[in-house]
Amino acid sequence: MAANAKRNLREKKDYRAKSDSHERNDAQEKIDSYEKNAYGERSRRSTRQKKKEQSEYFFDYSLLFIVLFLMGFGLVMIYSASSYQAFLEFEDSAYYLKKQLIASIIGLVVMIVVANIPYHFWERFYILGYVVSAVMVPMVLTPLGVESHGARRWIAIPGIGLNIQPAEVAKLCMILFLAVMVCKMGKGIRTMKGFCVMVAFPLPIVLEVYMITKNLSSAIIILGISILMVFVASPDYKKFIVMALLVFAAAALVVYLVVSGNDFMAFRGNRILSWLDPESDPTDTGFQTLQGLYAIGSGGIFGKGLGQSMQKLSFLPEAQNDMIFSIICEELGLFGAVAIILMFIMLLWRMMVIANNAPDLFGAMLVVGVMGHITIQAILNIAVVTATIPNTGISLPFISYGGSSVMFLLIEVGLVLSVARRIQLKEL
Amino acid sequence: MLTDNNKIFHRKKILAVFIICTGAFIGLFGRLVYLCVWQAEHYSRMATELHERERSIKAARGRILDCNGKVLADNKTVCTVSVIYNQIEEPDRVIEILCKELELSEDYVRRRVEKYSSIERIKSNVDKTIGDRIREYDLAGVKVDEDYKRYYPYDDLASKVLGFTGGDNQGIIGLEVIYDTYLQGEPGTILTVTDAKGIEVEAAGERRIEPVSGLDLCISLDMNIQSYATQLANQALATKEADSVSILVMNPQNGEILAMVNVPEFDLNHPYDLPEGTAEDITSEEKQNILNGIWRNGCINDTYEPGSTFKIITAAAGLEEGVVTPESSFHCPGYIIVDDRKIRCHKVAGHGSQDFTHTMMNSCNPALITVGLRLGLDSYYSYFEQFGLKRKTGIDLPGEAGTIMHKKENMGNVELATVAFGQSFQITPIQLLTTASSIINGGRRITPHFGVKTCDRDGNVVDVFEYPVEEGIVSEETSATMRKILEMVVAEGSGANGKVAGFRVGGKTATSQTLPRGSGRYIASFVGFAPADDPQVIALAIVNNPQGVYYGGQVSAPIIRQLYENILPYLGIEGDQNEQN
Repeated sequence: MAANAKRNLREKKDYRAKSDSHERNDAQEKIDSYEKNAYGERSRRSTRQKKKEQSEYFFDYSLLFIVLFLMGFGLVMIYSASSYQAFLEFEDSAYYLKKQLIASIIGLVVMIVVANIPYHFWERFYILGYVVSAVMVPMVLTPLGVESHGARRWIAIPGIGLNIQPAEVAKLCMILFLAVMVCKMGKGIRTMKGFCVMVAFPLPIVLEVYMITKNLSSAIIILGISILMVFVASPDYKKFIVMALLVFAAAALVVYLVVSGNDFMAFRGNRILSWLDPESDPTDTGFQTLQGLYAIGSGGIFGKGLGQSMQKLSFLPEAQNDMIFSIICEELGLFGAVAIILMFIMLLWRMMVIANNAPDLFGAMLVVGVMGHITIQAILNIAVVTATIPNTGISLPFISYGGSSVMFLLIEVGLVLSVARRIQLKEL
Repeated sequence: MLTDNNKIFHRKKILAVFIICTGAFIGLFGRLVYLCVWQAEHYSRMATELHERERSIKAARGRILDCNGKVLADNKTVCTVSVIYNQIEEPDRVIEILCKELELSEDYVRRRVEKYSSIERIKSNVDKTIGDRIREYDLAGVKVDEDYKRYYPYDDLASKVLGFTGGDNQGIIGLEVIYDTYLQGEPGTILTVTDAKGIEVEAAGERRIEPVSGLDLCISLDMNIQSYATQLANQALATKEADSVSILVMNPQNGEILAMVNVPEFDLNHPYDLPEGTAEDITSEEKQNILNGIWRNGCINDTYEPGSTFKIITAAAGLEEGVVTPESSFHCPGYIIVDDRKIRCHKVAGHGSQDFTHTMMNSCNPALITVGLRLGLDSYYSYFEQFGLKRKTGIDLPGEAGTIMHKKENMGNVELATVAFGQSFQITPIQLLTTASSIINGGRRITPHFGVKTCDRDGNVVDVFEYPVEEGIVSEETSATMRKILEMVVAEGSGANGKVAGFRVGGKTATSQTLPRGSGRYIASFVGFAPADDPQVIALAIVNNPQGVYYGGQVSAPIIRQLYENILPYLGIEGDQNEQN
């Protein structure tokens, strides 16, 4: 079946190369200039050309390296942030580290497998994926659902003893679904109707995630990924600027309503109040935010040194998870934090390059989706930790503790690598 | 299937996404810079407060020094033993050792050790040697902190003046209460870094905020005079089998008190010890009453009928008003009829004819009653108030009793007559001494006091206390006349036992019967000052309920004489060469 798919793809590619030679030239130029930037030396390139029989496709080692770096860094920080608490709870200071390490290794294997499967293979599963995510999310309410930290967001996969978050599956499936939809709609997306259809598709899943698992952050991320993909697919700017302004106005309205004492949204309202002034309520909702700020503030510019965090000593809840960035700030200071932010920007840049040079729109849209997922999640996490936005549980991609999160992220990276491999060097 | 290809606009859009996201990252970077640089100090201070557990360190309480710099109240190092629940590893061993070393019941220690609290105090004021021994066991979770305990080197000297302190370093009675804010200092803190459950973080170590020692209090009391006066008072207490003996020595010019003795005194180092022979099974209320009685400062807290010493006031009022002169003549038949009452003189046969000076020398009741009646109620009452007798003296000791006096509208001639020779009303000894001082020092009502100044540990003066002085109580002329009359009282009159060879002493005796009359209980007192022409020191001796001879001239005047024989040379007061023979 895989071989069959490969043949199909080749046929398509040949067809495209012939029919759209103008576009191809343009793309060639781009890749050419990119190639120069990436490897610099002509001699290297000529060596590569000699070996083109062996490596006719591009493999993005930079992206792989960035991901591996983030994961390695994440493992070190998970150990640092969790060892104290892990020893108290399980008498094994490496408890969280081991679990994360296993998930990471499985994830890396899956990533390599996915990277070696041509991405068009997944195209046919787009409806299945949509249905699976729509079905899986309500499954948290069945006996398979697992409750943790007072929220029911996981389901146990029988047999392998692994819990996964349906929301993670939904993110991946939504990227695939929308990438296919964008290609299917073609120019139809430029009409208002096409736009509305594209925005309407993710909404049921978004609402499911929000209503059933009470997971506002995942809902926001899925919505964000969708809007980002539609934004890239559509040539229009006006609509999105209007949308951004509307979202901004709505957020301002909500904050205003909460501050003026309207109690129609009690739970979220408290979060907003404690965000505005975390020190006013240090025992309850503001607690985690304030503890995170203590960690960031006491780290200062150079940090206390790796392993020297005080806040991880049971003061800061979720130190190895959602709040790990504040432990990084406390131990490694502003410099450590900037290093992480720079790594994310580099990741973003690599993905942009891959998306821009993707052999087709489907590949480009897949990469854009993954890029949106990782970037939105990283930005929201850092924004939560620094109390820039109200507190909501979002993990930091590749760094926070969380097995299913890192596995799905690695699958997505595998997809991106798979797209990158289709950038044909021999056509340059 | 794919009908569209990578278009330029897609690249632009992807670039836009990249730029927007990078912009967001840069914005977050800015936020981080704000938190890590501008807010760093704020948050790290708050975090440190959160991470540290406090143990307070007692501040060394300021010492109390006498006028020569002798230390009357000091501190000695003691230990406080506490336990930290979360760090105890062998609770049973801890309980066993603490019971043994601290001599506490196992039940009590177990309750404290097993109480879930961040830090629990087991015992404070533990002797340093015991504290060191407990420290040597090196028990996990047991803390031995050094602090200070009040220590009084002279045990019971001036006990009712100095007072003592409680377990929290706070004054309970005496000067320790009044000057508490100066003496107390600011407690310090030992800050230990802990995790959220209160377990110490070993690598972090301890941080100390050093306590600020209290200020030393310098008082006017002279340890030498005080101890000599105490000796005399104890002697009188023993020989006269009296209930109590009080001796007050003061500088009449400025109100500085040199000695204030109230025997029996109590041991300041063990203020809660009950006298021997106290029943074991008393209630805590009864115990507190007994202790309050022991701690009571008779010179300040109790009032009495001053008796004949009060004739000083009547005489001064009469002289000031001009109703008598030292030469005015009086006739004493042994009694005087006031309205319908016959008031007797202490000399039943009467003193016969005498001038005013001699009426004072003889302490003649009818003569002084006559002076009082000449003044009349209004005038006498206004002098009573003018001399400050209705106010408190304002001495810097707690619990000064007020004057118990007739209301003016309830007074008739009989009451006026009794008040004139010192009966039917009550004042405190310090009030009598202060008023007498004001009359002989030229008419300045001074405020009796102990506190002179406060110093830091290096002896630098921090505060100097000033006390109100009211001028013009009586004229300088009246004051001089009174000094002369009172000198005559000692030189040739009833106060002859107060005469000190080589010195000019003035004074007045008193023998007052306590209420109820006829109980046979007397208070013998004598107030004397020297030198008579320029008083530098004034002293009052009060013997409460002496057995046998109870006259002030016989019981109290000799006490003051013995006192003056020793302290006048000591104070550097020059004797009168003419009388030295």
